[in-house]
Amino acid sequence: MELVRMEKVSKVYPGTVALDNVDFVLNEKEIVSLLGENGAGKSTLMKILYGMTSPDKGTIYYKGEKIEFKKPMDAIDKGICMVHQHFMLVPAFTVTENIIAGSEPCVKGFVNMSKARAEVKSLIDRFRFNINPDIKVENLSVGEQQRVEILKVLYRKADIIILDEPTAVLTPQEVNDLFMILQQLREDGKSIIIITHKLKETKALADRVVILRDGKLIKDDIDPDNVTTKQLSEMMVGREVNLNTRRPSTSIGDVSLKLEKLNVVVDGVPKVRNVSFEVHEGEILGIAGVEGNGQSQLIEALTGLCNPLTMNMKVNDIQIQGSSEKFLKAGIAHIPEDRLSMGLVKEMSIMDNIILGYHREEEFCSKSGLLKRKWIRSYSSEIKDTFGIKAPNVDTSAGSLSGGNQQKIIIARAFSRNPKAIIIAHPTRGVDVGAMEYIHKKLIELRDQGAAVLLISADLDEVRTLSDRLLVMFEGEIVSESMPGELNEIEMGLLMTGGHTMVESEVKS
Amino acid sequence: MKTPKIKLPSIRSRNSLVTSFLALIFSLLLGMVVILISGYSPIESYKAIFGFSLSTVKGFALSLSQATPLMFTGIAFALAYRVRLINTGAEGQLFIGAMAAALVGVYVHNLPGLAHVSLALLAAFVSGGIVAGLVAIARVYTGSNEIILTLMLNQIIIFFTSYLANGPLKPPSSGVGQTERILESAQLPRLIPQTQLTSALFLVIAVAIIIQFILDKTVFGYEIKVTGQNLRAAQVAGINTSRVSIITFSLSGAVAGLGGAAMVLGVNYRFVEGFSPGYGFAGISIAALAAYSPLGVIPSALLIGILRAGTITLSRTTSIPVELVDLIQVLVIIFVAAPKLTQSVVKIFNSLTHKFLKNAEPVGGENS
Repeated sequence: MELVRMEKVSKVYPGTVALDNVDFVLNEKEIVSLLGENGAGKSTLMKILYGMTSPDKGTIYYKGEKIEFKKPMDAIDKGICMVHQHFMLVPAFTVTENIIAGSEPCVKGFVNMSKARAEVKSLIDRFRFNINPDIKVENLSVGEQQRVEILKVLYRKADIIILDEPTAVLTPQEVNDLFMILQQLREDGKSIIIITHKLKETKALADRVVILRDGKLIKDDIDPDNVTTKQLSEMMVGREVNLNTRRPSTSIGDVSLKLEKLNVVVDGVPKVRNVSFEVHEGEILGIAGVEGNGQSQLIEALTGLCNPLTMNMKVNDIQIQGSSEKFLKAGIAHIPEDRLSMGLVKEMSIMDNIILGYHREEEFCSKSGLLKRKWIRSYSSEIKDTFGIKAPNVDTSAGSLSGGNQQKIIIARAFSRNPKAIIIAHPTRGVDVGAMEYIHKKLIELRDQGAAVLLISADLDEVRTLSDRLLVMFEGEIVSESMPGELNEIEMGLLMTGGHTMVESEVKS
Repeated sequence: MKTPKIKLPSIRSRNSLVTSFLALIFSLLLGMVVILISGYSPIESYKAIFGFSLSTVKGFALSLSQATPLMFTGIAFALAYRVRLINTGAEGQLFIGAMAAALVGVYVHNLPGLAHVSLALLAAFVSGGIVAGLVAIARVYTGSNEIILTLMLNQIIIFFTSYLANGPLKPPSSGVGQTERILESAQLPRLIPQTQLTSALFLVIAVAIIIQFILDKTVFGYEIKVTGQNLRAAQVAGINTSRVSIITFSLSGAVAGLGGAAMVLGVNYRFVEGFSPGYGFAGISIAALAAYSPLGVIPSALLIGILRAGTITLSRTTSIPVELVDLIQVLVIIFVAAPKLTQSVVKIFNSLTHKFLKNAEPVGGENS
């Protein structure tokens, strides 16, 4: 049965057409994957369905009846709920308290907790969510928190569940668990829309794939079993893409970056334990791992942003220690993990952002401490053109650019200084296929020029494709070193979640 | 509205300069309304205020001299705000600077004029800088709140200088808390005789230009900008943010200290207990009025100076209470510091005029 029909929906934001005459249909007991690049209009389409914004043109039917949502509450009343990418939970509340918040069962102004708990418990049992309703949310893993978010919408009697990038923060195992839950929900009669740009997962889960590009509907009846991921990505981007093709290094040189015995302790808790490795010239060393296993501290230590307990670090046989300024001067470029908050000053112009971190170099700053404005202008204009940063001119403030162009500023800045070594964290988090392809290409170019690249990423596909050598980090330790292709995805996933003892014995036997 | 081609209604309020100017107009208009409601003539009062301040030499000199200390404290606040620190300590820094300048002015002998003045200014600059610097160090290394620290320090400094002026430094003949008169060699020349307008005005304009130059053209100014706007990005970029914050905040205190010296060397010729009617705090709103631009502080302070000078004639020539002028000052600051408020007033104004024009004349006012 047809649940939702959106007809000829258009939405124009100042300067861009977000949606252009898009039709969208959702049937009962169906999982639809909504694919598209950033800015393709997926989120806008779903926001319209969820009542967060209203269309300029077009009509929406729900169970054959024409509807107009003014606010999300209208949609929730009809059983259309959304699970946002960023969780909206109160850490100090229990699972039950979080789930009922906003629609508490009340008796004379008091919350009837026992009734609430019983209802939540029955939901958990019915869908086999495997969560304790009385545990505080702060003690839950990311995957469990997501289940709480899904419980929240089920508690509100959702029939249609929209999930926005649900797998972005999950480990491979957690993704599997989530998919099982979603399939269970479908069996139970729910319809699910997932917004994503992960193709493999789309193929594994969806009954039907809908692709949007530049606000237009490209295709809405794709059977995921009859297409390859390559075909899907080409429909998304609109041209041929080369992702997931390995381009191994042809000339690995001498050791460039050498790290010995790194130990980082934060508030008495050891976060990085005895980590040592070497990165050679012309090599990409990948570090895979679930977020929160010491990667942030590792990066901070390697860029001079924290004070490690012990560390011996050399770049081209020169010992480096001290402040981040010294690390930058030694030729270690850094593309921070949270790029927009750590790598960019939004109020400043593109020009000023492009010299950030290198502003004290002779090229940009005279001996008397004056900035060489004229040179900075022409230097940054050149970089803007080479890296294709889309902006009217270099005086444009960085904050007014699109996310992809902001990323480009940060990457352009580091890559144009010919770094000896580069530390790059989650380089493609939150970027679309087109930008991902571009960043990968640039990273490989840099490596082929002889730079030592340390790539830290939670995206298994990415590290497995790009790396010339692979480490896995778990609870602050390096638990495995392998050549690409040596371990399969499942083995890697196990290593990332602490199953290294098991895998090691299997590999040895 | 007889011709069909009317191109009046829509005011563009995007430009911040235009917004500030509009804010000024609105606040003056609103002030008129309040004066009217209070039962006085708005025209007469504005005539009294601006007539004296703007059209007589004496009045303009008074406006400028009223504005001078506000310029110092305004620049001080604006500068500290560039690293997102709130310098509520300008009052204390003003007092310590004034005391330091007075000590040099009274007790250092046998110096030629220029050297004596320079030494006194230097003493004020350094003492204001040190007091602020200590606060900045505490803030950066221990995370103490700079607002609380400076407010407490204000009291300590004001009472301490008061003690000095009433105790060890008090001239035997004096009845009030003050120091001896500074030597003539330490006095700043008056620009117009029989007014309080001194060459300190040139000093503060020079200070504003230098600080604006540092902010816009130097690598240190660049680091101030980055530190203030994104601390984490500054650290990632290898900027020593502690150093930048401490130096900037010290410089802010030093400028306020100079303001104290200007009062002693130019106006009072001695340290007088309670010489400031809250110049330090007035600097906060002046900096906001100037959108935290050091150069912008000069006209902002002048505007407030004009209003303050106007109150003096107002009380002399009319029966209008001077509190109404304070009200206008406050209105100016509210409107300028809240550009959104001004823009929404513009919006209401635009839609009203559109409606009006549509009703009056079906063809007119279609431009937007």
